[in-house]
Amino acid sequence: KPDNTAFKQQRLPAWQPILTAGTVLPAFFVIGLIFIPIGIGIFVTSNNIREYESNVFMYYGLSNFYQNHRRYVKSRDDSQLNGDNSSLLNPSKECEPYRTNEDKPIAPCGAIANSMFNDTLELYRIDNDTRTPITLIKKGIAWWTDKNVKFRNPTGDGNNLTALFQGTTKPVNWPKPVYMLDSELDNNGFINEDFIVWMRTAALPTFRKLYRLIERKNNLQPTLQAGKYSLEITYNYPVYSFDGRKRMILSTISWMGGKNPFLGIAYITVGSICFFLGVVLLIIHHKYGNRNTSADIPN
Amino acid sequence: MCSWTDGRTLVVQLVPRGASMDDHDPASGCLHEKKKLPAFTWEVRANNRSYHMQFKKKFAFCLTKKKYAGNAIKTAKYNILTFLPLNLYEQFHRMANVYFVFVILLQTIPEISTLPWYTLLFPLSCLLTIRALRDLIDDIGRHQSDRNINSRPCEILSGKSFRWQKWCDICVGDIVRLRKESFVPADMLLLCSSEPSSLCYVETADIDGETNLKFRQALPVTHRELTSEGSVAAFDGRVTCEEPNSRMHSFTGTLQWRGETYALDSERILLRGCKLRNTDFCYGLVIYAGFDSKIMRNCGKIKRKKTKLDRMMDQLVIIIFLVLLAMSLCLAIASGFWAKTFQEKHTYLSALYKHTAPAKQAFFSFWGFAILLSIIIPMSMYITFEFIYLVNSFFINWDLEMYYAVKDIPAKARSTSLNDQLGQIEYIFSDKTGTLTQNIMSFKKCCINGTVYGLGTGRENKQPSGSGMTWSHRGEKMSYSNDVTLLEAARRDSDPLLREFLRLLALCHTIMVEERGGQLVYQAASPDEEALVLAARDLGYVFLSRTQDTITISELGVKRTYKVLAMLDFNSDRKRMSVLVRDPQGTIRLYTKGADTVILARLRSRGPSETFTERALDCFAEETLRTLCLASKVVSEAEYCEWSRRHQEASILLQDRAWQLDSLYEEMEQNLELLGVTAIEDKLQDGVPETIQLLKLGNIKVWVLTGDKQETAMNIGYACKLLTDDMEILEEKEVSEILEAHWVRNSRSSSRKAPGSGRLSQQHPGTSCHKKRALVVSGDFLDKILHTGEVLMKEEGWLWQWLPCRGATDSQEQGSLVEKAFVDLATSCQAVICCRVTPKQKALIVQLVKKHKKATTLAIGDGANDVNMIKTADIGVGISGLEGMQAVQCSDYALAQFSYLQRLLLVHGRWAYLRICKFLRYFFYKTFAGLMAQVWFAFHSGFTAQPLYEGWFLALYNVFYTAHPVLSVGLLEQDVSAKKSLEFPELYAIGQQDELFNYRIFGVTLLHGVSTSLASFYIAFWAFKDCVGSKVVGDYESFSVTVATSALLSVLVEIILDIKHWTVLSFLMVTASLLLFCLFSYLTQSIDAFRIAPAIFRFPDASQNALTDPYILLVVLLSLVVNTVPSLTVRSYHAITGRHSIQQQICSKARREPEPSVELRTHVHRGSFRRRSSYAFSHQEGYAGLITRGDSLRTKGTCATGGLHPQGTAPPSPSCHGPSA
Repeated sequence: KPDNTAFKQQRLPAWQPILTAGTVLPAFFVIGLIFIPIGIGIFVTSNNIREYESNVFMYYGLSNFYQNHRRYVKSRDDSQLNGDNSSLLNPSKECEPYRTNEDKPIAPCGAIANSMFNDTLELYRIDNDTRTPITLIKKGIAWWTDKNVKFRNPTGDGNNLTALFQGTTKPVNWPKPVYMLDSELDNNGFINEDFIVWMRTAALPTFRKLYRLIERKNNLQPTLQAGKYSLEITYNYPVYSFDGRKRMILSTISWMGGKNPFLGIAYITVGSICFFLGVVLLIIHHKYGNRNTSADIPN
Repeated sequence: MCSWTDGRTLVVQLVPRGASMDDHDPASGCLHEKKKLPAFTWEVRANNRSYHMQFKKKFAFCLTKKKYAGNAIKTAKYNILTFLPLNLYEQFHRMANVYFVFVILLQTIPEISTLPWYTLLFPLSCLLTIRALRDLIDDIGRHQSDRNINSRPCEILSGKSFRWQKWCDICVGDIVRLRKESFVPADMLLLCSSEPSSLCYVETADIDGETNLKFRQALPVTHRELTSEGSVAAFDGRVTCEEPNSRMHSFTGTLQWRGETYALDSERILLRGCKLRNTDFCYGLVIYAGFDSKIMRNCGKIKRKKTKLDRMMDQLVIIIFLVLLAMSLCLAIASGFWAKTFQEKHTYLSALYKHTAPAKQAFFSFWGFAILLSIIIPMSMYITFEFIYLVNSFFINWDLEMYYAVKDIPAKARSTSLNDQLGQIEYIFSDKTGTLTQNIMSFKKCCINGTVYGLGTGRENKQPSGSGMTWSHRGEKMSYSNDVTLLEAARRDSDPLLREFLRLLALCHTIMVEERGGQLVYQAASPDEEALVLAARDLGYVFLSRTQDTITISELGVKRTYKVLAMLDFNSDRKRMSVLVRDPQGTIRLYTKGADTVILARLRSRGPSETFTERALDCFAEETLRTLCLASKVVSEAEYCEWSRRHQEASILLQDRAWQLDSLYEEMEQNLELLGVTAIEDKLQDGVPETIQLLKLGNIKVWVLTGDKQETAMNIGYACKLLTDDMEILEEKEVSEILEAHWVRNSRSSSRKAPGSGRLSQQHPGTSCHKKRALVVSGDFLDKILHTGEVLMKEEGWLWQWLPCRGATDSQEQGSLVEKAFVDLATSCQAVICCRVTPKQKALIVQLVKKHKKATTLAIGDGANDVNMIKTADIGVGISGLEGMQAVQCSDYALAQFSYLQRLLLVHGRWAYLRICKFLRYFFYKTFAGLMAQVWFAFHSGFTAQPLYEGWFLALYNVFYTAHPVLSVGLLEQDVSAKKSLEFPELYAIGQQDELFNYRIFGVTLLHGVSTSLASFYIAFWAFKDCVGSKVVGDYESFSVTVATSALLSVLVEIILDIKHWTVLSFLMVTASLLLFCLFSYLTQSIDAFRIAPAIFRFPDASQNALTDPYILLVVLLSLVVNTVPSLTVRSYHAITGRHSIQQQICSKARREPEPSVELRTHVHRGSFRRRSSYAFSHQEGYAGLITRGDSLRTKGTCATGGLHPQGTAPPSPSCHGPSA
């Protein structure tokens, strides 16, 4: 004899929500009423972002650069970048054809590393014909996880990176080996933040990457005061062949990111559409309303 | 009594005795025999096991197996060793599985591997494991049932004595002793029985579903000689016969014993599955055992039935597959062009293309995309699908409302893959006996000399319901005193008509009686007769005994012996039977019982009592009781002498004997005096009329296919409200007329358009639209129609006029046209009853409707004669709990009662259909919505087949992230409660019209899914394109996480909107999938996981970084709302306008409802004035001959070779005519 349980007899107590005008129409208005203010908020925030206040972020942007190309994306060895010594000297096959050069393993191997952005940008403030360099902070631009987990220098005796990278060669396009990217030990080798930022591949062919930070000095003055600035670019990185463009962007970051009109407008639009739909449905409801007031049959 | 012989018998007697039994119609049979004589290569030697062991036969390669199978049966597919290989082999028969293995293999090629290896392997291995487990459980069940059957006890002769052993120990050549009520374990030659004339009664309910007793008779020689155990043990006969075959009703062979050869036929054979009845014991020689037995040969391999949705799903998967291939091809071509650009311009990439020409790149990309998109093919759908089916089947098993407490039988879903089809049934084909009826006859009322007795409802007269076999066990204690007045009237003995009435009941029948243990045991060939004789007994007229020519009854305690002068047996043309007796006073009387139409036409006079009786008949008809008219007359001595002389002459005639006898009978049965009318109730199962009514309201057509006679079938049709009085009944004549007219019309129009294209029902608006019609046809008629349209060609001949102008038309085409026309006609009728149909025809009818109407069919039956039909129909339902389990064994669902069908279809079926449809719709939606974004990403990644999502997300998306809500829909969804489902059977129509899932809905779902994926992708795209969040700087990992989260949440919100029945479980399931998403995202993206295997867990902290950025959260929220609002709008629109809501339909129906029911009632009243015969009698002819020959009587007759006429073509006569040869 079957058990007489609610589940087996399919008599579990249930809530049967029935969409009615009374429940649905407010939802539309509520969505509209929430989204429009959010959109306005975002829009205003985005518009109020100034390039010179608080901490200023300096980005370089590239366009028409396919960092999301499958074979490009694959062309790296995460073990090597994670400091695995065997991978250092024997990089993964994925790195081909940037795996070895002249029979020496490349460190870091692969096409991504090989094509690392290597222009240098320097910002000067021109004040009465004197050029004061703006301090550009190069640390703190990478994600904590990347800097501390994903990327690690090979381990060995001592901290001498030159020795640790012994037996490897630099990527073909690089002017200098990986252990000479920076003078500071905690920003050199695989944990060089410029390198890490580059290695975090972009999702789309038009992208920007964080290059430097300009820290706010004191609270009274904007970080970048009004005036003339000059940007000095050491042009190393060719983009002409693929119709690429290079850009430098200065921006501060609000709670919702950098300057970006899209999100605000999108929110306002969606909110308005909801509101509009609510009105349309309300009209329909008034037309049909009387007909199905008794439609809810209790089960 | 052997004195009446005819010439032909003498001729036949030249061949060994019994040989003539082979063919009942030697005129044609002999020719037939010569044409294809079966090879008699099957040799069985009694009591000689070693002989049979030595033969081997080839069966595959050089493997051999024993020629003579043992009696053990094995229906299980696997054993411990073969399970794994066989099961895997079977699973890889599925194209989808092979495809995925192929894709997984492709993935190992680095050039084209776009997805990590685990992405597809993980779900596939889950799938294979679960399916294997299910197969394993199924097979364990089969092993158990095999074991049960194989270990049934039986007595096998070993050495000198019989020992109790198991069925599986039986070998060919063994001699088995069977006792009363036991099942026959193998096909056996009957050697000897405890009954006189070595008769042996068997019940073949398991084989053909007929519950009346059948006779089997041993050869006289074996019956004579093999009387003791010792003689049986010494028996060394040799049977030579045909190889095992599946022909149930034929057997040809010879027995060689003591140098003589005896012919054997199917009358000597006890088939496996029969049940021994009314025979104390018998000995049998096993001829075919186990799988060689006829019944096992008949149980063909069970074909896996597929539901409509199942088939559609397969098609959809193929369509999706082809679309994906096409898409891959397009993307690959684009990739070829881009490869050229990349190679020439993009310096950072050109080295990657050093060795790949664009064409080669396109080729690789094609496979790359094929792998990447293969994830869209819903592999896990099948597994989820099956799980849902399984649980829904359990719900059927668990349902208390379908649990038959009386016999402790729950409903059983034997097939777990057809549930949704239960919600789409359009035609139900039902057996009658045992399915609609209980096969219990009870004497309900009678009308004697204008007085109606038994006016009570008779409900108190409850018999032990269930077994239809009770008549032979009933003791005398049981009383039919459902009307005291009748009993009193009988006791008073004042009314001579009443006396005659009861006398008739006690005299005019073919029942055989036996006294056992002080009790009279009646052996009736039909339950009707038994009910009548029992009724007479209860009223004081006890049928005590009969000899070949006498009947002794006790009339109110006074024993009287009547001399039987002649028995004018029943047959379906005469519709009556009479007995001519000489009572102890010497008066000759004729007692007749038969159909009202027949009897009333032969009455001497019509007085007021006759008129009243007719009115009573009407009443009985309305109550759908089966009526018989009883009449009698006194025959003068002179009249009898003259008649008897002519009768003797006629019965030895060579030609036209049947006709002559019939006319003689006719002559005798004239000028009758009406005694009264009996009314027997053929008890319907509980709730049958209500169920049929409900099913009709649910737009399901019920056809009754029965082996029974037309009258009986129609009677039941009325009783169960299938036929109503306001229906126009089309019988064979009308049907052929309509078909002819249709044919003429079509042939005329054939010059312009193809014949058969016009719909029949439309062509006869006059007959179909305004009137309810019912079709009643017989099996013979069907045969005529369905074979080659013979009914048109042969009977009328007019068809030939049309043939020349139609050019070369092959008869097959004509046949199918006629078929089509017939099916069109039949389906336009409200009800169809096919009577006298063979099991094969039952299946054929089902097949026809399936073929021509593309309709979903359900067949329900209880006996083995329904097996074909059950197997043919889309869904087979077996009535369980009766003796015969054959039907149940082959059925997809086993129910204890017919009335449970309403719940099975209207509740479980409808829910299952709803669930599966919602499930499919949602599953496709979530697959497209979640995974199509891969394609859009290709447009922005240079067509390089870069996966958008992380491997683990893809691997777990279908299995863990979205599977639970889908399950909750598939298992728990209900649109309206069970009670409402039954209250509003109209809701069932949605399933019949495929409204919930069809190509249109699939198209809409596809678009919906694609738009969801587009929205999720492009909102993230615009948000990431050259924009930054507070943390996220447009990197691939964050992008991937964002799109994945948006898509997943959108999909979950969609199902939240879709679930209409929120239980705690559904809530848990939806929550669980969210939690699992979080959990698995955390696990696969944890730093520890990355440290262990950087190549497998590639996204350390990606979600954590991305989803803590308010910017990303805003993006996710935006796409969630954008995805939800359209769907919500459509739903709201429907809710507000109420167009698609079931509640609305219910409401409008509820308003419409009251009127038609009133109208219906008036119809019935008006119609009831029409006279309708409710005569029905399940008796078959042929028994009278047996009685008068005296074969079955204790006082052995002199003529022992006489056999039964299985076909009963020969006239029954008081003579011992030999075999009709």
